[in-house]
Amino acid sequence: MKESQYETIEQQMTPTPPYVVNVLKAFLIGGLICVIGQAISFFYMIFFDFTEKTVGNPTVATIIFISMILTGLGLYTRLGQFAGAGSAVPVTGFGNAVVSAAIEHRTEGYVLGVGSNMFKLAGSVIVFGTVSAFVVALVKTVLVMLGVVTW
Amino acid sequence: MVIVFQTKPALLAGAAAVGPLEARSVFRSYFDIVADDERFQEKTNEQGQRRLITNTCQHVMDKAKIKNLDVDYFLSGDLINQMTPTNFAARELAVSFIGMFSACATSISSVIVAGLLTELGASKLAIAGASSQHNATERQFRYPVDYGAQKPATAQWTVTAAGYALVGQYQPDFPYMVAATVGKVIDYHETDPFHMGGAMAPAAYDTIKRHLQHRKQKISDYDMVMTGDLGKIGLKLVKAMLAEDGIKNDELQLIRDAGAEFYGDDQAFQAGASGAGCSAAVYYSYVLSQFMTGRFKRVLLVATGALLSPLSYQQGETIPCTAHAIEIAMN
Amino acid sequence: MYTFIFAFLVGGAICAIGQLLMDVGKLTPAHTLSTLVVAGAILDGFGLYEPLIDFAGAGATVPITSFGNSLTHGALAEAEKHGLVGVVTGMFEVTSSGISAAIIFGFIAALIFHSKGKVN
Repeated sequence: MKESQYETIEQQMTPTPPYVVNVLKAFLIGGLICVIGQAISFFYMIFFDFTEKTVGNPTVATIIFISMILTGLGLYTRLGQFAGAGSAVPVTGFGNAVVSAAIEHRTEGYVLGVGSNMFKLAGSVIVFGTVSAFVVALVKTVLVMLGVVTW
Repeated sequence: MVIVFQTKPALLAGAAAVGPLEARSVFRSYFDIVADDERFQEKTNEQGQRRLITNTCQHVMDKAKIKNLDVDYFLSGDLINQMTPTNFAARELAVSFIGMFSACATSISSVIVAGLLTELGASKLAIAGASSQHNATERQFRYPVDYGAQKPATAQWTVTAAGYALVGQYQPDFPYMVAATVGKVIDYHETDPFHMGGAMAPAAYDTIKRHLQHRKQKISDYDMVMTGDLGKIGLKLVKAMLAEDGIKNDELQLIRDAGAEFYGDDQAFQAGASGAGCSAAVYYSYVLSQFMTGRFKRVLLVATGALLSPLSYQQGETIPCTAHAIEIAMN
Repeated sequence: MYTFIFAFLVGGAICAIGQLLMDVGKLTPAHTLSTLVVAGAILDGFGLYEPLIDFAGAGATVPITSFGNSLTHGALAEAEKHGLVGVVTGMFEVTSSGISAAIIFGFIAALIFHSKGKVN
């Protein structure tokens, strides 16, 4: 059988992802995680000395803590299988990527295993966030200096 | 290349050990050991896999009432870097050892070589087979076990399992090797590592076709043709390819796949099971036992393997695949 | 109460875009998240992300896009004060908590949890 012929058969027989259902699940779970984040924000603003501007940091830290517990108990894989991007895109997903890699590489020791591998999944997010932020900020700063735009 | 054995090397015994999740397998009653700890009380997944291998081999020897000193060769492989679980298990077995890698097709390639060594007169008794451990494989080829990535419907679940067979000289009342086909490496330029069935199906098709052509047989000459770990979708693809060649439905029904059947219809495992231990465990427990009960007289076992690494995938290479086949019969 | 609804809608929408990148765009999770982070950084360059946070609260700060936004924001704030040097030095000024929390909790998790193969 020719390769091109096989390709046709394969495309016919391989199930496509249920696009609509997947997007709805991601929307629902992603939205819910953000609602929980909002509730945590209000909690910090009401009971602690945080303002709307500063509340982001403790909120993110708390969410990552919850993510650690779920990951450690092996529950995050179930959430991920159901929600897809809904649990990967919120910062809980970032936490899950770091925590799962840390737990996984414990068997290679704390320095060579946990330390070296903690960011093997999440590292690309930090790198591309930093590089793109650098480029964007650099362009904007130069444009401001040239008087093209203002801050 | 099709090998026809003159001295009919026999499969004298077989055993399979599996992890706790594999207790959900439809083949469970045929497995000799069902562990309740996937690490077999060891500290790491890789050590657990070593224990999985040694336990299975010990069980094979116990069944045949022999000791490791009676074994001439140990032929085996796994999926982990440099095959350390198998190498370390061989250290404990203390038998002449050749590590073999054909990815998940190692379950058959090892037995083919054992058959050849027996035919040559170099080996009286050889243990051959393969193993895989879910966590160890997952972390090497995909993500950490606790990372919540969504698996598509084409994904397969690497089993924690090992299957080994004792290969020796022909004896009546035991299934024996009639012929074997060593697979070519086939690459239809598939690139999705979460759709192994689609990548491996052409290799299985090629090997089945060459074996039947050379042996001048039809599928209906067999009681069963069993592929290794194509999964539910891969199995459909092989049947579709064979159907294009004019093979009729009643013959296609004789084709089964160990990976597709392994976990039954449990949706949690997506397209079914995979891993070197999947086909090995099913072949050397279920299939051999069906010979002993007289249900099978002649079967063709076709184990498939995807010869990729995480590195080759990240560097944008396609997934080359192979399939090794062995024809087993019993009088 | 409206804050919760807007948080749900905006946060859900960003995740839905992520799902489309994965399913239709055939991107791996790592590629998807990197793309979203870059998108967040660029949106802030045009001054568009802060209004989104004002509107949706956690709906805009919890998705990973906000990480790109915070990085750019820190860099720009420092650049405003110190010029070009600030672009490099200000980067992590705003967004330290996500990374430090991830490192600390990741390490703690490694101390107390074992990985187990579980089926979904």
